[in-house]
Amino acid sequence: MRNLFRIYLEKPELAGIALLAVLVAVFELRSGGTFLSPDNLRGILGLLPEVGLVAIGVTVLMICGEFDLSVGSVFALMPMVAAELMERNIGFLPAILAGFAVCAAIGLLNGFITLRFAIPSFITTLGMLFIARSLTVVISGGFPPVLPDDIPSWLFTQFIGPGGLIRMSFLWFVAIALLASALLSLTNVGNWIKSTGGFLEAAAAMGIPVNGVKMGCFLLSSLLAGFAGLIQVLRLASPLPSIGEGLELQAVAAAVIGGTALTGGVGTVLGAIVGALLIRVIDNGLVLTQVDANWFKFAVGALTIFAVVANSWLRRAARSIRIEAG
Amino acid sequence: MSAPIVECRGVHKWYAGVHALKDVNLSIAPGEVVGLVGDNGAGKSTLIKILSGVHRQDAGELLIEGKPAEMRSPKDAMRLGIETIYQSNSMVPTMSIARNLFLGREPLRIGIFGVGLLDKERMRRESVHAIADVDLHLRSSEALVGELSGGQRQGVAIARAMHFKSKLLVLDEPTNHLSVKETNKVLGFIRGLKPQGVTGIFISHNIHHVFQCCDRVIAMARGEIVFDRAVDATSIDEIQEML
Repeated sequence: MRNLFRIYLEKPELAGIALLAVLVAVFELRSGGTFLSPDNLRGILGLLPEVGLVAIGVTVLMICGEFDLSVGSVFALMPMVAAELMERNIGFLPAILAGFAVCAAIGLLNGFITLRFAIPSFITTLGMLFIARSLTVVISGGFPPVLPDDIPSWLFTQFIGPGGLIRMSFLWFVAIALLASALLSLTNVGNWIKSTGGFLEAAAAMGIPVNGVKMGCFLLSSLLAGFAGLIQVLRLASPLPSIGEGLELQAVAAAVIGGTALTGGVGTVLGAIVGALLIRVIDNGLVLTQVDANWFKFAVGALTIFAVVANSWLRRAARSIRIEAG
Repeated sequence: MSAPIVECRGVHKWYAGVHALKDVNLSIAPGEVVGLVGDNGAGKSTLIKILSGVHRQDAGELLIEGKPAEMRSPKDAMRLGIETIYQSNSMVPTMSIARNLFLGREPLRIGIFGVGLLDKERMRRESVHAIADVDLHLRSSEALVGELSGGQRQGVAIARAMHFKSKLLVLDEPTNHLSVKETNKVLGFIRGLKPQGVTGIFISHNIHHVFQCCDRVIAMARGEIVFDRAVDATSIDEIQEML
């Protein structure tokens, strides 16, 4: 039992992976082999990068002890800004850079307000959720811009791989996931992020620039949300001002299902991905097994509550274990 | 005789109108282990915070090894060899011993501008040594600090200070909230400072603890040092009477 707890504390995403395996097996059986067919996998893997990228940013931010509820709105705002600029013929790259600049400004503003006025980031970013969504609608003017034909969408949407199983966006997603994962576990900055969320006073006492670390994580969360939004808009070939609604909560759900602690300090990028994948698998699996699709949110909700209850129980149990001096 | 490791000359500190430190003069020789006692609000914590770089004195001078010291942050103090162990301890429970030991001072394999890849092998190796040096026996440096007992955590904190060759170790009530057995273990760590040539300031409410592990005892009251004598030249009763 004791070893099980230690493994759990070091690899909090393992429970999610186990659940994922079970769900995949169940859906595969119930759907008579359709679930793991190339066509269906293409659907799941094509959508995963969008929610996955948002989940990665939100998870890293949660590990350092803060929240970002504005990601769903930033998801819509970034491509809207970029598309409006593209329509004015300033070119693909400048338009995208401008979009990212808006994301960066929002992320830094989230961090600045939260830290400067010492208020919960939950509140700051809840406010930003409304502000960014409103800006998106205002900018679109009610008429979404039309994307130019000559933009290199293929960089993100092209089907590639054996049998065209994945999209280019999947490669971007994997690369960013690997980088974020390496940042957390292999670099000193990862150490600072975990310590800032794990025990702020201790980190500050050891000279960690805790406010700088938090600003960086707010920034990352916003940039990834904007990038994910861009990918979705290029896939749909149309920037709608309503995309990404409710995405912030899916991202938080993905993070906690993957073992990220709401109190900070604990979590992994892999966990976030597993959480995001679980949500996608449930969404898709329910449809394939001909369950009324309206049960989707019910299942995600139940899973989220179950994951947090299980996590906190395991953590309490683990805390009561001490290493004996030997 | 060599220069005092730390010297305060006429140090004053005001907090919003409260005169927290009044003309504190203090000099601690290398290798000394000094007990600092006094009631709540006597100025102990204020003095310690100035020594560890958390606050700055409003008047007076601070000398480290004979040289005037400007400390604007805990990092500056650490650079000068002053390491502080706080009562709520300065370890992150959700991280491993090795990661805690090197927190903020991680050895890097490759890096630019102070950011880069951790040298995990060196962290593991050196933390095993550091822990063994303070006579603390733990199975692995990969264990999470949250799994350790309070006394063991203080042991790791002391190991960290030793490892970074601190000249002055400030222990701010490290035995608070610890059981008798754990307290004795921590007092043992403090006794171990002297043989390693580390100077220590041990802040405590408990005069008995101070007598068990210090060379010299300093008492503070109302922001002033009211008593300063070698442990051999005084008694517990004398100090208790005065406080």
